[in-house]
Formats: sequence, structure tokens, C-alpha cells
Amino acid sequence: MTVAARRARSFGRWLVAGPPIVYLVVFFAIPSLIMVLASFRTPGEFGGLAPLYEGGTLDLNLDSYARFFSETIYARIFLKSVGYALATTLFCLALAYPLAVLIARSSKRYRDLLLLAVILPFWSNFLIRIYAWMIILGPNAALARSVNGVLAWFGHDPVPLLFSAFAVLVCLVYVSLPFMVLPLYANLEKHDPALLEAAQDLGASAWQRFWRITFPLSLPGVYAGAALVFIPALGIFAIPDILGGPADSLIGNVIKQQFLETRDWPFGSVLSIVLTVAALAIAGLAAWVARRNLGIPSSAKEARA
Amino acid sequence: MALLEIQNVTRRFGDFTAVDDVSIGIEAGEFFTLLGPSGCGKTTLLRTIAGFETPDRGRILLDGEDLVGRPPERRPMRTVFQSYALFPHMTVEGNVAFPLQMSRTPSAEVAAKVAAALEDVRLQGFGKRYPHELSGGQKQRVAIGRALVTHPTVLLLDEPLAALDAKLREEMQIELINLQKEVGITFVYVTHDQTEALALSHRIAVMNKGRVEQLDEPSKIYGFPRTRFVADFIGHCNLFSGPVGARDNGVLTLDVPELGPVRIATDSALPAGRPGTIALRPEKIRIDAGAPAGTPDNHYRGTVQELLYMGDVTVYKVGMPGGAQIEALLANSQSGRARFFEVGDAVEVSWAVGAGHFIAE
Repeated sequence: MTVAARRARSFGRWLVAGPPIVYLVVFFAIPSLIMVLASFRTPGEFGGLAPLYEGGTLDLNLDSYARFFSETIYARIFLKSVGYALATTLFCLALAYPLAVLIARSSKRYRDLLLLAVILPFWSNFLIRIYAWMIILGPNAALARSVNGVLAWFGHDPVPLLFSAFAVLVCLVYVSLPFMVLPLYANLEKHDPALLEAAQDLGASAWQRFWRITFPLSLPGVYAGAALVFIPALGIFAIPDILGGPADSLIGNVIKQQFLETRDWPFGSVLSIVLTVAALAIAGLAAWVARRNLGIPSSAKEARA
Repeated sequence: MALLEIQNVTRRFGDFTAVDDVSIGIEAGEFFTLLGPSGCGKTTLLRTIAGFETPDRGRILLDGEDLVGRPPERRPMRTVFQSYALFPHMTVEGNVAFPLQMSRTPSAEVAAKVAAALEDVRLQGFGKRYPHELSGGQKQRVAIGRALVTHPTVLLLDEPLAALDAKLREEMQIELINLQKEVGITFVYVTHDQTEALALSHRIAVMNKGRVEQLDEPSKIYGFPRTRFVADFIGHCNLFSGPVGARDNGVLTLDVPELGPVRIATDSALPAGRPGTIALRPEKIRIDAGAPAGTPDNHYRGTVQELLYMGDVTVYKVGMPGGAQIEALLANSQSGRARFFEVGDAVEVSWAVGAGHFIAE
């Protein structure tokens, strides 16, 4: 290849890769850096940030970090958020797995139809769907009435469904489910049916075929789905805001509060950073554990080979 | 009674009859092959034996016990799949140990049995590898080792060598023969490759359109095909058809329109006027430039129309004035000699009455 041709090719490559790189730098890397910097600054008197450089000294400190680690309320909210996100992930997995298997094993015609049904909720607005749950779970709706009717039968006082941890979890699972179904389906659909026949031929019962063949081979899909569900669920604030009670405030709500109501930007930044680090750490840990304990091939390419 | 009795088995898919009233008895320790073109029902029959298909009619008896209705995981047989179907998330050892774990073999015995199976298929030292780290031939061996580790009564092989290249396939054929002798397990082998079937099998069932056309030893299948289909499918064959003419002392004359009268030794009692076919292998035909030596039973004059140099042999296609084309084959045993005749040469083809085989069809 001539020098000119090589240069033209490298230029072409930059032309293609350039826009997304610029986009990520401007809208992800730089804001993240601003946030990291803000976490070391002092809050302004009327919100926002105090001047960075004043009276010949650079005003950087660890005060906000000290506050996070000294007041246990934030750690507790953090743990609670992890708990909600974990529960959401597990419920989603339990519901999505059979559904994904069903879709992957149905005939081409029904498969597309079922996939469409999974994606369909995305066609309406996220907030509208949450408000719809307010109606479904409301005290005068059929669901609350029948639940409380049954409870009354057993002499139990009526319980509110709305503005509760239950409502938050139900909606979190509902909103996250497609993000678990789609990667699981994408994985299961690629499984070679001959493997299950071979396992059966070698003496494996239906249950053994699932646990020894289908499930281990689907783990890359499980991890992808779990990450797609867990990470957004960890930082969500709209659902607890609308459907939760006062006790259901999660870390996302606290961060939102710091920026919009308390107007303590440095502390809000600290909470955001801790959230990001925690999400990355949990995802990394899960991947590490999976690779060590289950002998999963490290890439999808190996799994297919 | 044979070890594996297939009795009147029929399997339909909608309007299509994949296996049509097939009855076969397979003896213990036999290397038995189901041979036929794709779509002939051989794989369906194998899957019915394995239990993946349920016959619409008929029975499959193993040691006198009816297997129909018993799921594959509870049949004392193992299948070697064409695609190998190795578990990609398990090592070679894990794959071979899998059937042992399924049959709840004590874990103390598993390691020794896995090692023995890997030795049988000459894969010692490969136990820790994953399937994606193996070549096609090695994967095939793992699949066979995995199927044999529990010492099944019958091993079913579905075109196991189809994905390998020619040279490796030949090596594996020899290994399969030796392995089968060594383990003494009944092999039921499915292939569309007639040379493979001839080389490996004790007996062959040639299948066509769901039916068994002929069930015989390889040399009988090759030398005495019972139907036109078998003659045509197994190796190369010249087929001459026409009405039966004169009969004289065990030699019958067939009036082939595009060639003329052809004489053939046969004990067939087919009456005159009925259609018959003579199957004649290319290697049984002589080609001479001039008149052949002696007085051959059948001799015709024609022109070389095509020739194919294959290295060890050259195939000549000789056109006859009546329109027939006769394929003859000459060995190039003399080194450096590529061909005896050229396209356009006038030649004399000839063969004895005993060279061909008469098919009453």
C-alpha cells in the first residue's frame, strides 16, 4: 500500500470514528470531569458552587466526602437502593427467562410477534406508563379492592398498594423487563438444538439438560441483562418519586434533591460518583465471579465455537 | 433373533413418508450401514432408533424388548451427531464425563473411565482443552469417546465423517473399523457416501424413498445390485435396458434399442418380452483399437467421445452408433502413460457374458 493510500484509509477511519468520539468526549467525559472537580469544591452560599480560585488560594477540599462517610443515613439509603436494584434484577430474571426461552423456541412467525409485544411498551412515554401504574395500584382500582377484600376476610386491615415499596418494585420490574428479555433471547436463540439432543441422548433428563447445558450457555445473556437492569435501577428516581412513599426514597432521589432542592452541588457530585463507582464495582465483581466459578468462556466468540 | 430388530417401521411427516415399512435385523457386534441419497429416510430411521422420532407404525426391539415410547435418555444407545454437538462450555474431559454423571457413576470411577475412553480414541493429553481449541478430527474423536464411555449396546453414527476433508476422512475410516473391532459394540452408521459404506460395513442397507432397496454385504451390493437404483447409486455403472429376447443355456439376450443385442449370463427366469436391465461396471469392459483378441461374447464398435484422466485410471466414454454411451475404465499401470486413446478414436469395446449383472426390472 502506498503512503497516500494508507493516509487516505486512516483519514477514512477517523471520519467514521470521529463523530461518536467527539460526542462522548463532549457529553460524557467532560461532564464527568466537571462533576469530579465539583465534588472537591465548596457549595455556594445560595446554591451552586463557591468560586474555585479566591484570595490567592485554590478552594479544593474533601468536606463533601467526609460528610458522606460520617453520616450513616446516606450509606443506609445506598444499601437500600442496592437492595431494590438487586430485587428488581432477580425478579426480572425469574420472569424474563421462561419468556425468553418461549420466544427463542417458537416458530419464526410467532417469534417476531412476541418480540414486538416485548418492545411495545417503549412506544409510549416512560412517565405516562408510571402514572398508569398509579391508576392500576390506586385504592379504588380493582386490584387494591380485591386484595383488601381478601385481607378483610381474614380480619386484616386494608393495606395501601400505592405509595409503597411494593409499588416501586412492581414498576421497576415492569420497566426493566424488556432489558432482561432481549439479551436473554438474543443468547438463547443462538443455542444449537443439537446440543440438547446430544445431552438427552447421553442420558440427561429435561431438568439436567436445562441446568447443565441451556443455563450455563445462557450466562453471557444473563449477565448482559442483569447489568442492563441493575445499573439503571440503582440510580432511578422517577419511580420512587411518583409511586413510592416517604420511606422509599432511593439514592437517585437524594442526588436529585441535592442538585435541585438543597442545591448542594458538591455533595450531589459525591453521591453521583459513589453511585457510578458502586455500579462499576458490582458489575466487575459479578463478571469476575462468573468467570472464576463457572468456567464461562470469556467471550461470546468462544462460546459459539 | 437379532440384537436390534426394526420391524415394519413407518414414519410420516404430513404427506411425506420418510420411512416406509422398513424391517431390518442388526446382529450384535455388527458394523451396519444405512446408505442412500439425501432424503431417503436413513437419518429419520436412525433418529427413530435413537428415540428422537416416534414411528407411526412398527416396532423397534432391542434384545427382544420394545423400545417404542421410551425416551432417548433411557435407551442403552448413544448417537454420534454429524455436527459433533460437543458442549462448548465443558472441556474434553467434561464432555466425556457428562454421560457418566448422568448415569450417576461414582465420581471415583469417572476419572478412570474418562481416561480410558480418551485413550480409545487416541486423545490422551487433550482432556483439559475446550472444543473450540480442537481440530475437526479431534472434535469427532471426542464425540465418539463421549458416546462410547458408558459402553452402550449400540452406537448410532449420523454421517460422522461428512464434515472432514478427504484425507482425514480416510484415516478416520480406518480408525473407526479398528475401534469397532476393539470395543465390539454394534455400530449403526448412516452415510450417503457409497465408498465409505463399502469400506466400513459388514452389511449395508441401501435406502431409497424411505424403503430398503437391498440389504447385503458390500461385495454383493457392488457386484450384484438387485435394482437399477442400487446399481446406479453404488459406484459407476453402465445400465442397458430393453426387452428380454432369446435365452440359451443360461445366457439371455437383451434387445437394447440404443446398442443392439447384449448377452448376459443369468439364472433369471424373466419371460421373453419383459423389460430387463444389465448393470455393467466400467472396469469390466475391454477397449481395443482393433478387433479384440479371441471371440468375446459382446463387442461393439464406437468412438471415444470423452475421457477423464484421474491419475491412477482413465475413464473413456465411448459413443455407439445407436446412441448408447458406454463408460469404460483403464488402469494407467504403466508409469507416465496418461491415455491409450484420444477423443475421436474408433475403438472396439467388449466384455464377457459373465461380466455384467442382470436386473429383472
